[in-house]
Amino acid sequence: MQQIPDVIREIPLNYYVWFSAALFCIGIIGVLTRRNAIIIFMSVELMLNSVNLLLVAFSSYKADPAGQIFVFFIMAVAAAEVAVGLAIIVMIYRNIQTIDVGLLNKLKW
Amino acid sequence: MSLITLIPLFPLIGFLINGIGFRHVPKSLAGIISSAAAFASFACALTLFLGFNGQPQIVHLFDWITVGTLNISMSFQLDQLSLLMLLIITGVGTLIHIYSIGYMSHDEGFGKFFAFLNLFLFFMLLLVMGSNYVVMFIGWEGVGLCSYLLIGFWNKNSNYGNAARKAFIMNRIGDLGFLLGIFLIINHFGSVEYSEVFSKIAEGGYSSGDKTLFYITILLFIGAMGKSAQIPLYTWLPDAMAGPTPVSALIHAATMVTAGIYMIIRSNIMYSLAPETLDIVAWVGLATALLAASIGLFQNDIKKVLAYSTVSQLGYMFMGLGVMAYSSSFFHVMTHAFFKALLFLGAGSVIHAMSDEQDIRSMGGLRKKLPITFITFLIATIAISGIPPFAGFFSKDEILAHVFEHNKLMWAFGVLGSIMTSFYMFRLLFLTFFGEFRGTEKQKHHLHESPIAMTAPLMILAVLSAIGGFFNFPHIFGGHASLAAFMEPLFEQSAIEHVAVDESLEITLMIVSVVAALLSAGVAYFIYVVKKTVPVAEGEETGLQKVIYNKYYIDELYDTLFVKPITALSNFFREVIEFLVIDLIVEGVGKLVKTLSSEVRLLQNGTTGYYIFAMVLSIAAILVWSLKSFLLG
Repeated sequence: MQQIPDVIREIPLNYYVWFSAALFCIGIIGVLTRRNAIIIFMSVELMLNSVNLLLVAFSSYKADPAGQIFVFFIMAVAAAEVAVGLAIIVMIYRNIQTIDVGLLNKLKW
Repeated sequence: MSLITLIPLFPLIGFLINGIGFRHVPKSLAGIISSAAAFASFACALTLFLGFNGQPQIVHLFDWITVGTLNISMSFQLDQLSLLMLLIITGVGTLIHIYSIGYMSHDEGFGKFFAFLNLFLFFMLLLVMGSNYVVMFIGWEGVGLCSYLLIGFWNKNSNYGNAARKAFIMNRIGDLGFLLGIFLIINHFGSVEYSEVFSKIAEGGYSSGDKTLFYITILLFIGAMGKSAQIPLYTWLPDAMAGPTPVSALIHAATMVTAGIYMIIRSNIMYSLAPETLDIVAWVGLATALLAASIGLFQNDIKKVLAYSTVSQLGYMFMGLGVMAYSSSFFHVMTHAFFKALLFLGAGSVIHAMSDEQDIRSMGGLRKKLPITFITFLIATIAISGIPPFAGFFSKDEILAHVFEHNKLMWAFGVLGSIMTSFYMFRLLFLTFFGEFRGTEKQKHHLHESPIAMTAPLMILAVLSAIGGFFNFPHIFGGHASLAAFMEPLFEQSAIEHVAVDESLEITLMIVSVVAALLSAGVAYFIYVVKKTVPVAEGEETGLQKVIYNKYYIDELYDTLFVKPITALSNFFREVIEFLVIDLIVEGVGKLVKTLSSEVRLLQNGTTGYYIFAMVLSIAAILVWSLKSFLLG
């Protein structure tokens, strides 16, 4: 039975970095280009998870468990955040019958 | 509490009652309270005078300012000089208070007037009683304030308000000199107490002509110039006649304007050691005496004539001080207080009878209608003209005799001044009381002798003007010069050298000036009674007369030299500096921020995507910035 860090170390660190960066960029592009609030939300989660992945990878390579513990915290916070975020989106939908953020421009000047 | 502290306290209480209770204290009571306060002070002063043993008394109230080694205390000093001043101020002050009850009876500001009058008395008493220069300065400023308040008493007339401001500002110039003098005294002697400063001078071995003493005395003299209306700061006094007549009598003739003389007599030790200053004092006094007397020759306003006469007489007093005839000058202060207060009060009585007419061209023939005023005015006129045996003769001739031993030319000018004095005073007397009445029918119908409250002070002052000279009856007539003897201790520390005037010479000098005065009175009689000349109407004067009537255009000169440039400067500041500096910088910053923010706030356009884009872009920029060394290698 292999240890998880050992499994992770089977892939070179570079790949993790590039993969995370790609994931992060996809997330950013999703946030920037899409107008559907739920998709934006999912893109944000994507960005969050790309960071988590990177943390885990570095933690394994440096043999430091702090990074992985940190990831658990992030996931806990993200779960709470998702609950709040989805609630907000539901409220938006109830108010303006749409979840298009482009129409949410009343708060200005 | 000793009597000494009570003296200034009474007028202060009177002021507080009438001032706080203005419009609540009944009119009948207000005048009585104030007069009683003045009289109570007089009674205290008289008691102190009678019980005075020749030793100066100092009453220490409290330490006011203590900084390092300098201690300025609030304390009073009672000696020969302050006692005499006290008697004059409270005595003449009481009479004028009583007179004002009659004179101001129709005025709606009755209570206010008496409050101010009492406040003035309080500050004047502080001025003469203080035992150091700072207390004197408090009084000095206080009387200036009261003078301002009372000149502008009828403040609905903006000309009167301007006159009050002029008096105040002119006095400020002098006060600056006085203040600098005090600073110099503090700096040099480390004390402001008279006794300490003077004993330091007496023991310090100062030689005559010491530079420091010269600066101190000249600065103090600048203060005196302002308060006592000497060239070049005299122009406020004639304008000060805008105030009610009792004010002119009390403040601008009898008491406040003599504060400068009091101060110089008080500091006589310093002045005696500064011969240059004394020369300046004497010549400024002489010039003022002559200039003011010559202006007085052609004035047609009864109070203006008296005002210029006051300036001129003050000039004589300074001339006397300048030749170190301190007690003679003080003698003149005293007699002048009597007869000039009397003249002003008489003029007030005339103005009262004439329904506020002040132009002597509209008067004439008043002696039958106002007999008491006429007789008292006549006595005062004789007294001021220097005709024996009335008060002015003794005091003026004493000054002139001392001037003669000092400088013969100055004496000749002095006699010229007294000729003019005699002329303009008799001109005033003849035009007012002799000949035919020249006013309107209505005024003629209204003519009446003043009430007893006004005539009683006139009579008392007339008696004093008549016999005042005997307070210092000269040796040559078998007198004892008791005033001079009384004041002797004041001058024992200062090095005064007086050449004894030859008796026959002194009598000759007296005869010369008396004959001159009588002659010019005769000329006035010839012109204004026999030939019945009446001064020409406004704007018809010609030549020299026009120049003199317009006061040598000195007011205009000051206007051009000082007022206009300052006005121009302030206009420049208002229009250029204010616009370029204040508006451009101060308001400019505000405007810039406002304009920028109105543009920048448009960035907040409400579109979420736009915000996120900006955020991403900014984060990317920060990243690039922080990693630039890594990226660039």
